[in-house]
Amino acid sequence: MSDVQNRIAARVVPHIPPGAVVNLGIGIPTLVADHLPDADAVFLQTENGLLGVGPTPAPEDVDPDLVHAGKQPVTARPGASYFASSASFGMIRGGHVGIAVLGALQIDAQGRIANWALPGKPVLGVGGAMDLLVGAKRVIVATTHTAKDGSAKIVAECTFPLTALRPVDVVVTEAATFTVENGELVLVDLADGVTLDWVREHTAAPFRTALRNPARHEESIDHA
Amino acid sequence: MSQTNSATRDRSLVRGAAEAVALIRPGATLMVGGFGLVGAPLTVIEALCESPDARDLTVISNNLGEPGRGLGRLLLEGRVRKAIGSYFTSNPDVVRAHAEGRLEIDLLPQGTLAESIRAGGAGIGGFYTKTGLGTLLGEGCEERVIRGERYLFRESLHADVALVRARVADELGNLVYSKTARNFNPDMATAADLVIAEVDEIVPVGALDPEAIVTPHLFVDHLVLSTTARGAGK
Repeated sequence: MSDVQNRIAARVVPHIPPGAVVNLGIGIPTLVADHLPDADAVFLQTENGLLGVGPTPAPEDVDPDLVHAGKQPVTARPGASYFASSASFGMIRGGHVGIAVLGALQIDAQGRIANWALPGKPVLGVGGAMDLLVGAKRVIVATTHTAKDGSAKIVAECTFPLTALRPVDVVVTEAATFTVENGELVLVDLADGVTLDWVREHTAAPFRTALRNPARHEESIDHA
Repeated sequence: MSQTNSATRDRSLVRGAAEAVALIRPGATLMVGGFGLVGAPLTVIEALCESPDARDLTVISNNLGEPGRGLGRLLLEGRVRKAIGSYFTSNPDVVRAHAEGRLEIDLLPQGTLAESIRAGGAGIGGFYTKTGLGTLLGEGCEERVIRGERYLFRESLHADVALVRARVADELGNLVYSKTARNFNPDMATAADLVIAEVDEIVPVGALDPEAIVTPHLFVDHLVLSTTARGAGK
């Protein structure tokens, strides 16, 4: 995983309070586990049937029966439990998972996301994305600010198929953090060295600006 | 079709893999446990690939294995007509078979898949869920407003035969699973007319802690001893 992806993952960490039950999606969200200051203080749930996901094992300790939803080997922490898929999604849809961290292909002006299918391509995989988006108490998107071709991922309207009608709560990129409040995006944080103008240029949806630490940003803008 | 499994037993449940899969007829609907290859009944699937009657199958499973492995091999053998599951893009052979019109796919959100199976095993005809509402996967579903929120109706799923994987069985067919290899297996063990469980070990009745049994024996018809290595992650 790249430096940018790790920076995004690290920027998600302040949004995860101690004691939270958290489901991490595949990709950048998975990296969040590596950046938690006290991994024992958070309970990671994986939808293939484990609450209490622990760190990646050493190669000699890999158990073929113990993987996370990305099918990579994991361990189980003390206090972990295993359960069937139906129970796992009961936890998710039933609102018992506090936070889901998901990747996104696009985010619209209302905070709704597209993260499972591309337009014009056969739709052959969805996994647990729709259930997590519908059921988790809070949803945090962890994504690069722009697509690989440089185009905006935060757009007025998604051109990719939506994953759910429910808006997410927080969008974290390497450059900025937005919250979704009353159906609109609110820019609340800029990463060090990132200017408001850069975010405006690389965001194709309207947003309100309410920086939580403006002094720090003025300083960073001066140095930019 | 399900055998009465709680009555006095005059015959062992243990079968060879080939003998067990010979019960699967052309055109059958199968549920197959596993999350990728983890918790997939690989010995039984291998036997299925060798069984001439196992063709024109509808397979209900989260994925269709990996290229050439598990259900991925069954697909390459041309035995699968239709797949119902949640995540097929991890096996490029599935994407190709679908593009070439050789494989019909019914895609469900993973939680809807799991609940459809659970409901099917519990005698429930269908259920309402918010998952998929307003998306491509919710198109055509009946809607209902419950406590002020919109829900989609989903029918439950049922199969002719379920192929599941557990770690250990007792001679009655009580099953205990292993870690995340449990996944869809316990739900599928409830939702088919005939249930074949592949296990690493078969122990005498009384050797399993009743508190630890996940699938009670009345669901299980046949036991097959596994001879393949457990399916690891990627």
